[in-house]
Amino acid sequence: MQKFNKLKSIPAYLPIVNIDTDMIIPKQFLKTIKRTGLGKNLFFEMRYDDQGKEVNDFTLNQSPFNNSKILIAGKNFGCGSSREHAPWALLDFGITCVISSSYADIFYSNCFKNGILPIILEEEKIKELSEYANRKEEISVDLEEEKIIYGNNEITFQVDPFKKKCLLEGLDDIALSLKKSDKIENFEKDLINKKPWIFND
Amino acid sequence: MSTTLYDKIWNDHLVDQQDDGTALLFVDRHLVHEVTSPQAFEGLRNSNRKVRHPNLTLAVADHNVPTTDRTEGIADQESKIQVDTLEANCKEFGVQLFGMNDKRQGIVHIIGPEQGFTQPGTVIVCGDSHTATHGAFGSLAFGIGTSEVEHVLATQTLVQKKAKNFRINVNGQLPLGVTSKDVILQIIGKIGTAGGTGSVIEYAGDLIRSLSVEQRMTICNMTIEGGARAGLIAPDEKIFNYLKGKPMSPKGDNWEKALNYWNSLKTDDDASFDQELNLNAGEILPMITWGTSPQDVITIDEKVPNPQSESDEDKKNSIERALKYMGLKPDMAAKDIKIDKVFIGSCTNGRIEDLREAAKILKDKKISSHVSAMVVPGSGLVKEQAEQEGLDKIFVNSGFEWREPGCSMCLAMNADKLKPEERCASTSNRNFEGRQGRGGRTHLVSPGMAAAAAISGNLDDVRKYQN
Repeated sequence: MQKFNKLKSIPAYLPIVNIDTDMIIPKQFLKTIKRTGLGKNLFFEMRYDDQGKEVNDFTLNQSPFNNSKILIAGKNFGCGSSREHAPWALLDFGITCVISSSYADIFYSNCFKNGILPIILEEEKIKELSEYANRKEEISVDLEEEKIIYGNNEITFQVDPFKKKCLLEGLDDIALSLKKSDKIENFEKDLINKKPWIFND
Repeated sequence: MSTTLYDKIWNDHLVDQQDDGTALLFVDRHLVHEVTSPQAFEGLRNSNRKVRHPNLTLAVADHNVPTTDRTEGIADQESKIQVDTLEANCKEFGVQLFGMNDKRQGIVHIIGPEQGFTQPGTVIVCGDSHTATHGAFGSLAFGIGTSEVEHVLATQTLVQKKAKNFRINVNGQLPLGVTSKDVILQIIGKIGTAGGTGSVIEYAGDLIRSLSVEQRMTICNMTIEGGARAGLIAPDEKIFNYLKGKPMSPKGDNWEKALNYWNSLKTDDDASFDQELNLNAGEILPMITWGTSPQDVITIDEKVPNPQSESDEDKKNSIERALKYMGLKPDMAAKDIKIDKVFIGSCTNGRIEDLREAAKILKDKKISSHVSAMVVPGSGLVKEQAEQEGLDKIFVNSGFEWREPGCSMCLAMNADKLKPEERCASTSNRNFEGRQGRGGRTHLVSPGMAAAAAISGNLDDVRKYQN
């Protein structure tokens, strides 16, 4: 996984609440057996018209937002399905940081598995930052310091220490869990005695 | 210390508790389907890892499969590749698979309970948000992403942080024509699509206890639409009777041992919850969704909202956006909404009781001439049972199409989809923009309400067609 540390970009702002995973990446693109190549289909239905032409009004089709690495959006971002294709599509488009006042649980944890930092801020701070999108000015995100720097201001945010460590170091959490193989084995031995029906064999 | 049902299951699955609050949780049952697993198996292959417990893993193709004649295979090449990939991966890693032509094939959340793979007190995961369905059995069941699927395949565990305890008590009796689908739509309308974020919801109260196993599944299934990853109901005799004798249920001595454990699975009387909500079942009416979020609910007697009467700017904008997408006018009566299609099926309402409920309304009636309608049974076994009861004939005689099992038009990954601006009364779980096909308009309803809409040609009150 790609490490995440610092990031500087003009943010793109989508002032829509409850952006669901069907909006982020519709089902016809879930037929892939790969993780890559989904960026061109990110927000497909808002981004392209019926003929497949780019919709000029849509923020992510406009310069400089077509190169934004930071996406600011309304509350409850990523609600709906568990599809990891949603963060894969964001990542493939180039977005590695999302800022919203809240996220759906599964989407939130999927982001961290893919080197994307989802930041939670209060609504009024979101409004403040969205001004930078409107003015096409850069903002900076520093994960180590847990802060966003914009103009002469800064806001701190919070992130779970374990998730932060994984992002900063680009850790493979399967390898981390496999280091606890002894504990897993002990649990399993105990389970066979306590609940013999679980293994069903 | 007094604990909730969720606390008990959580504590019983702790492999390791880290100081920072994250825990390694053992996973007893892992369901796998074709859409969210290929990248996970590829990850295993790239890292030279095995599936730790193939016998705790069960796979089925459901999202992509055609619901029409399957003898010719899958016409869509991408869908075919995904289904073939699942088959190849299951073979390579030794995972049991119900193939497309297996009678037991069906929607992953329908076959788990049907086979007795779903059991009380277990931790069940699947790369699908509607895994919440299995919570009806008193299991902690939740959807995970593909990276987590890979993690479970490799380690039989998952890194998790404990959620909050949220209890919803529903007491009283449901009026005639009101179902568990209406109960959960009402709940989502009340708490909103983010109301359960960060929580596990336990459903309790005498109404919940009076529901059948399948009705409970409908409620737990849509818990994710209220933002909670898992919904739970304490298991009881109904659950135990349902599971007895199922192919993968415990047998002999193990059954007795399991039963003994299952009987202990309940929230202590004095356990405390972070949040509680009380509902009176008697006040719940047949519900519909009018907008593009499952929280956009009204009763069939109400009108769609008017953005002008909303003071909150965000809410006003989202009502306007939803009305525009749905092609509806403010203050329009729900019953004036004319429909083009009806879909009965999905992991929410694709079980035998759902089909019986719809068939009861449709018996000796014809659907409206401008409506096209289909029934997609949740599994091959549901289909077989329905055919034994003659339900297929009732559906076909009324004008419905009778299809093969799968997810179908709930998410329209196969050939079953709405055309732009087509309007559908659907027993599925999501009415998001484009969910059932680009530009398609979805109204979520119960199976009986879907049948009533098919007959009337517009959203209508199921009670009109009941004795």
